[in-house]
Amino acid sequence: MTFLRRAWAVTWKDVLVERRSKETVNAVLFFSVLLLFVFEFTLGADRERLAAVLPGLLWLGVLLAALLGLGRSFVLERENDCWEALLLTPGDKSAVYVGKLAGNLLLMALVEAVVLTLFTVFMNVDVARALPGLVLVLALGTLGIAAVGTLFGAMTAHVRARELLFPVLLLPVLVPVLLAIVKSTESLMAGEPLGVVSHWLKLLIAADVIYVVAGLLTFDVLLEG
Amino acid sequence: MARLATSDALIQVTGLRKAYGTTLVLDGVDLSVRGGEAVGLLGPNGAGKTTLLKILATVARPTRGDARIAGHDCARDAERVRGLVGLVAHGTHLYDDLTALENLKFWRRFAGERPDVEALRGALAEVELDDCADLRVRTFSAGMKRRLSLARMLITRPRVLLLDEPFSSLDQGARKWLEQYLHAFTAAGGAILMATHAFGRELDVASRLVILGAGRVIADLPRGTLSADAIHRLYALHTEDAR
Repeated sequence: MTFLRRAWAVTWKDVLVERRSKETVNAVLFFSVLLLFVFEFTLGADRERLAAVLPGLLWLGVLLAALLGLGRSFVLERENDCWEALLLTPGDKSAVYVGKLAGNLLLMALVEAVVLTLFTVFMNVDVARALPGLVLVLALGTLGIAAVGTLFGAMTAHVRARELLFPVLLLPVLVPVLLAIVKSTESLMAGEPLGVVSHWLKLLIAADVIYVVAGLLTFDVLLEG
Repeated sequence: MARLATSDALIQVTGLRKAYGTTLVLDGVDLSVRGGEAVGLLGPNGAGKTTLLKILATVARPTRGDARIAGHDCARDAERVRGLVGLVAHGTHLYDDLTALENLKFWRRFAGERPDVEALRGALAEVELDDCADLRVRTFSAGMKRRLSLARMLITRPRVLLLDEPFSSLDQGARKWLEQYLHAFTAAGGAILMATHAFGRELDVASRLVILGAGRVIADLPRGTLSADAIHRLYALHTEDAR
C-alpha cells in the first residue's frame, strides 16, 4: 500500500507540474503535427502507397514524439537536486519508476489520441473498423516503449550527451516491440481479425512483462548510482 | 574538550577517504559528534566539506574508511541512516511549478505518509511562509526557497542535521529563527554538522569548530568564547599551515 502511495505521489506531482508548465505536452504535440504535415506533403494523394506505409508512419510519429517526451521525464528531477531528495527519502525506490512510468503512459496516451485523430483526418483513412484491435495494440506497444523509455530516461538523466545517447540506447532494445506493433497495425488496418495477429500480441505481452520487471528490478541500483 | 567515546557519538567518522578518479578529496578524516552537540565545519573551497556531508547523508560512498550515523554504517545500512538524517545542501529539493504546500504534501506522500495539511501549514508558519502556502515556488526569492527547504527537512523530524551553508540567502528574521531552531534541536539531543564559510553569528550555534584542509582535519577546537576575529585568525593560521 505504501509502495502504491509513493508511486501515486510521483505520478500526481508529474501530472501537476506538466499541467502547469505544459513544456513537454506542447513540444510533443507540435512536433507530431509537424510530422504529419511532412508525411502528407511527401506522400501526396497516392492512396495505394499511403495504405502500404500508413502503419509505419503512424508508429514513427508516435515513436519520435515518445523519444522527445520520455527523454525529458527525469530532467525535472535534476532541477534543484530533487533527484537527491528522492534518493534520501527512505523506502522502495522502484516506486519512483512506477510513478514515472504511469505519468509517461498518460502523456503517450494523449499524444497517440491526437496523432491517430489527425492521421484519420489528414490521410483520409477510416480506422473505425480496426479501432478496438488498434487500441489494444497501441496500449501494449505504448507500455513497452514507455517501460524502456522511463528506465533509459533515468539512466541518461545525468549524462551530458543525453539527447544523443537516449535514442541510441532505446531504439535497439525496442526492435521486438516495434516489429510487433507495425506488423499488427498493418494487418488490422487491412481489415484482418485480431486472431490473425495473436502471435504478435503474445510477443508484445512478453516484451512488456520483461521490460517492466527489468525496470522494477534495476531502478533501485540506477538511482543509487 | 575531551575526546568523545564512540558509543556517545551520533556521527562517527573514522579514517574516511574519498577519491574522485585520481583526485583525493578526503584523506583519512576522523570526527565524532555527540547528541546535543553542534559542530561547525570550516575550510577553504575544495577542502572536502560538502563531500563529507554527502557521505554522511548516503548520497556518496566512501572510497575507504568508516562513516556511521547512530551506529549505522552510511554505506551498508543507507536506508536506516536516511531515516535519521536531514540534509540541507545547495539544491533546495523543491519543485518550482508546485506551490509551497504542494511541495510539502508531495514529500510527505513520497515518504509513504498521509499529509496532515494543518501540520504542514504549521511548518510553513514556523518558517514564516504561511501567507505564501498557495503560491508557486517559482515566484519565491532565494531566501524563501531556503526557508521552505528547511521546513521540508524539519517535518521529517531527523536526529542528525547535515547542513551545507544553511544561513546563505536568509534575511535577519529567518537567520534568527534558524539559530533558535538549531539551539532547540541540540538541546533536545540532536547532533548538527554544519559546513560554512561564514565566521559571524552563524557559528554561535556551534559548540565545536572543525577545520578541514586538503581533505584532512587540521584543527578541532572548542567554540567557547572565541570571537569572529579570533576564529578568522585561527582559520588562516591552520589553512596556511595545511598548504
